[in-house]
Amino acid sequence: MSEQQTAQQLISQLNNQELSSRELVQQCLDRITSVDDSVKAFLEVNSESALQQADAIDQKRSAGESVGPLTGIPIAIKDNICVEGWKTSCSSKMLENFTSVYDAHVIENLKSAGAVLIGRVNLDEFAMGSSCENSAFQKTANPWNTDCAPGGSSGGSAAAVAAGMVPLSIGSDTGGSIRQPAAFCGVVGMKPTYGRVSRYGLVAFASSLDQIGPFAKNVSDAALLLESLWGHDRRDSTSVDIPAPSLVNQIDQPLAGLKVGIVSEHYSDGLDDEVHQAIQSAKETYQAQGAEIHEVELPHAKYGVAAYYIIAPSEASSNLSRYDGIHYGHRASSEEKMSLEDLYERSRGEGFGPEVKRRIMLGAYALSSGYYDAYYLKALKVRRLIAEDYQKAFEKVDVILSPTSPSPAFKLGELVDDPLQMYLNDIYTIGANLAGIPGISIPAGLSSQGLPIGIQLLAPVYEEEKLLRAARMYEKEHEHSLAVPSL
Amino acid sequence: MNLSIDDVKKVAKLARLRLSPEEEQEFLGQLGDILGYIEMLNEVDTENVEPMAHIADVVNVFRSDEAQPSIDREKTLLNAPKTDGTYFLVPQILDGAE
Repeated sequence: MSEQQTAQQLISQLNNQELSSRELVQQCLDRITSVDDSVKAFLEVNSESALQQADAIDQKRSAGESVGPLTGIPIAIKDNICVEGWKTSCSSKMLENFTSVYDAHVIENLKSAGAVLIGRVNLDEFAMGSSCENSAFQKTANPWNTDCAPGGSSGGSAAAVAAGMVPLSIGSDTGGSIRQPAAFCGVVGMKPTYGRVSRYGLVAFASSLDQIGPFAKNVSDAALLLESLWGHDRRDSTSVDIPAPSLVNQIDQPLAGLKVGIVSEHYSDGLDDEVHQAIQSAKETYQAQGAEIHEVELPHAKYGVAAYYIIAPSEASSNLSRYDGIHYGHRASSEEKMSLEDLYERSRGEGFGPEVKRRIMLGAYALSSGYYDAYYLKALKVRRLIAEDYQKAFEKVDVILSPTSPSPAFKLGELVDDPLQMYLNDIYTIGANLAGIPGISIPAGLSSQGLPIGIQLLAPVYEEEKLLRAARMYEKEHEHSLAVPSL
Repeated sequence: MNLSIDDVKKVAKLARLRLSPEEEQEFLGQLGDILGYIEMLNEVDTENVEPMAHIADVVNVFRSDEAQPSIDREKTLLNAPKTDGTYFLVPQILDGAE
């Protein structure tokens, strides 16, 4: 496998028997061995089981049996998604020794699609963070410049694809955790509409915002992977039971009369000049293909980060109350006799890292007696106004074009002591989670510092097909997607 | 935002988190900053706006009440911090004979 090859190029080689899945998996394992010492994307590589899965698929293929659309393609799994028999640590000491006892719905889907699960990749602890530095185990580096952050929380998933260690990976996105690392690492990352992909087997962070999605080298591969991830699942009661359109077949069809929305509030202080230029150039790319550019207003967008940092921590403080040291996860040990309350407090105090504690505290405060109306209820009302802004905007336009992140990748350590500045990195991505709409980040070239720039497209709920086709219209005119960092 | 160290201690207690004195001090400053930023929500007129807890179209999801296979005891106890093979073991919570 050359690091530039897309999943679909590899699939055609596999189907033509020019390449076996075992050879492909071995090439990925070799690449991991040669570059992951400096990137540190993988928490664990399951070489033996990956080769066994590959052999099983190769045998099926030579016997003429159906091998599924992903037909022996290796994939990396963010370590907050359960794979039966694998550790699922969430990059937390709390779950350091936790072994999953069932497969997430997306893992069942990937296995039946013929993907080869190659290993689990790093994240900010419990998916809380924008730099991957909140992992309890290791700091992942940006493959384009190892002094820089890969973004987060799905930093390992983005870096593994960017460095050519795997053609595909999956992550989860609660406030931008797929799209921002995709932008920082120069790959495609997509958050589907809330409810499109089952959350069964995804370790819960903020249940009304969490959504699993694909990472890939280009838009077409992201579409291919999404076709295998989504679908109704009765075990997630927010999973929607609506038809899933075919994505890959239509992907190269340009959208006639496409209307692209631009939000003028996005281009104020704090936006990096080169990111701004990338947006200007994307506008021209669309115009050259006959698309119309329209200004739209999102008057409440500037309150997105504030509303999010009430809602997400409130849900997190409730979801993470399950880690009590009783049934699974870290339990404090002591020579002395402990009360049950001591056991809870000490187990949680020892097991959680600083960012997770900070968000639990913030959520517990916002939900506490006397503050619930002022914070939590207020934030939910603002959330509705934000969602309504998008609905109104999408009456005028098909997609909204924006930056993914205010700047290219920042340096590791740069924001680690300033949580509020770190949170403000999510300003362009958070709206999609609050409104439940799909969003995608696509590579838009390199900055003068040699760091990737990402641009984001958003579409109305359930309009993934439109979103991907619009993204593909830009991508076809640029070859940014297949650039590979030298490592 | 005026957050006091007693507020921090009270919330940590509510959240069942044992914090060190250093952590309490650190969170006092950081949570104060974050809550200060969040104050901007007060600029927004939310009179007559319904709170939005989630965006899902689905309301109640019903299914027939049929027994389904679930995770067996062995797997359930696989990740237990302390078990005798049948139960999760916890510290004694009631006073009485050992």
